[in-house]
Amino acid sequence: MPGSPKHRIFPISDSALTIDFGNVIDESINQQVLDLFRQLQQYPVTGMTEAVPAYSSLTIYYDLFQLRKSIPAGTTVYDWMRVQLQEKLEQSSLANNGETRLITIPVCYELEFAPDIEALARQKNIAVDEVIAIHSSGLYRVYMLGFLPGFCYLGEVDERIVVPRKSQPQPVAAGSVGIAGRQTGIYPMASPGGWQIIGRTPLKLFEAQKEQPALLMAGDTVRFTSITKNEFENY
Amino acid sequence: MDTIQDLGRYGWQHMGINPGGAMDKLSAQIANILVGNETTEAVVELHFPASAFFFEQPSLIAITGADFSATINGECIPSMRPVLVSKYSILQFHKVVNGSRAYLAVHGGLGTEPWLNSASTHLKAEAGGHKGRVLQKDDEIAFRKAADLCSLLEKKEFEVLPWKADNDWANNHLEEIWALPGHEWNWLSDSSRQKFFEESFVITNHSDRMGYHLRGEPFCTTTKEEMISSAVSFGTVQLLPDGQLIVLMADHQTTGGYPRLAHVISVHHSRLAQMKPGDQFCFRFTDQSTAEELYIKQQQHLLQLQNASKFKLEQLLDG
Repeated sequence: MPGSPKHRIFPISDSALTIDFGNVIDESINQQVLDLFRQLQQYPVTGMTEAVPAYSSLTIYYDLFQLRKSIPAGTTVYDWMRVQLQEKLEQSSLANNGETRLITIPVCYELEFAPDIEALARQKNIAVDEVIAIHSSGLYRVYMLGFLPGFCYLGEVDERIVVPRKSQPQPVAAGSVGIAGRQTGIYPMASPGGWQIIGRTPLKLFEAQKEQPALLMAGDTVRFTSITKNEFENY
Repeated sequence: MDTIQDLGRYGWQHMGINPGGAMDKLSAQIANILVGNETTEAVVELHFPASAFFFEQPSLIAITGADFSATINGECIPSMRPVLVSKYSILQFHKVVNGSRAYLAVHGGLGTEPWLNSASTHLKAEAGGHKGRVLQKDDEIAFRKAADLCSLLEKKEFEVLPWKADNDWANNHLEEIWALPGHEWNWLSDSSRQKFFEESFVITNHSDRMGYHLRGEPFCTTTKEEMISSAVSFGTVQLLPDGQLIVLMADHQTTGGYPRLAHVISVHHSRLAQMKPGDQFCFRFTDQSTAEELYIKQQQHLLQLQNASKFKLEQLLDG
């Protein structure tokens, strides 16, 4: 059925619900999520406080008290909201209405900034230079932001450099570029984290005082380019 | 750890910016109501040992939430009551009587540096509240709107005003936390599901504004399925890989990839927020319509309290 992809709707609190299009990482499903997200940003459903897109789901937070006053008695606010969103989904044209931005992120892969790159290369039985070449040759989609302000989940990483996350989180420096499974990502700020760190960018991924504090948005395309330590320091 | 908080920062979770805000939003709202503010005004969230405050001008204040045995110039003042304090008064907190977070509101509100439409302190982004950080010795916080309260006090150092609010979370059934079943609830084995209701859970020391780690017998799932990241909310109960549970609190991440077993209902967030490491509680499931009804009742109660409080304050200010 065009315009109405297969989905499930369920509550994630008494004042938020999630529309789930399947527990998968898939570019076209993620695009459906983002199209619906943008549509709701432009034309919010009554009572909606915000929408949060993820890989394959969109969560809608709403104002229970305001809605209760304006909707018919005899139905829960959740049920009413579910019907509203159901209708939105059926009307939704799946046209990709945003232009994709391509953003290049400079990364210094030198060991000083890449505490886990040697172990990764050993584990995958390839040279460190190959890890760099593979990581910086791909085009990655920003699937979602989460975890930290401005932290983006990029995919998908080439099978040859896929490694699982660490079992225990460790301190990670701001700008660190990491790999976890088929995902790659950048820590916008210093934080404990479990991703395998293979480099660092001099770019600021998050600046609180900017009008748009996060550098990257879901739906963007990202390319990494290798820079030297000297370039990093003079960036 | 004392920070400035309001009811949270909404509309930015798609950038990974969590809403934050007061842990016990009910108490934060009541504190504002008692001093005649809007419920969305910024308040100070206090953890024991809490900061002492020196008032450089006469103020109308209220303390709600946890009882930390507050005094003005050494004399006890009650919680959940508006209190007029004179210029050069010192507010101090001496011991934990109950609860774990107290809220201080001042009439006219606090002068803050709002970030993305909220005064809540976001420690990771180092923005909002007071310089984006925890309050420190010698910090000066301005009043957002000054009010002339001098004439009301006459010669007294402070005066407790004659209206009050009830401390709902301190009531019965403190040990029961109600929740809605989460989407991955059925991933649990039959025995684990049974255990979820039969066991009481202990809040561990590894608990803060981000979340409470609970201690209990580890849970088992019957599926090898893995979850990809999706939004989580205040009150979401996640199953960690070691079989233990975490309840997400005000500073939770916007998204998470652990199975969601349950979601604590909004009206029980305050109850949870006032618990501390070592406290125990049981889970009980309820349904959507009960959760909504209880929340609406709580909001109506707050509206009534706000109307009554405004009326009394106007009478007082008009002399």
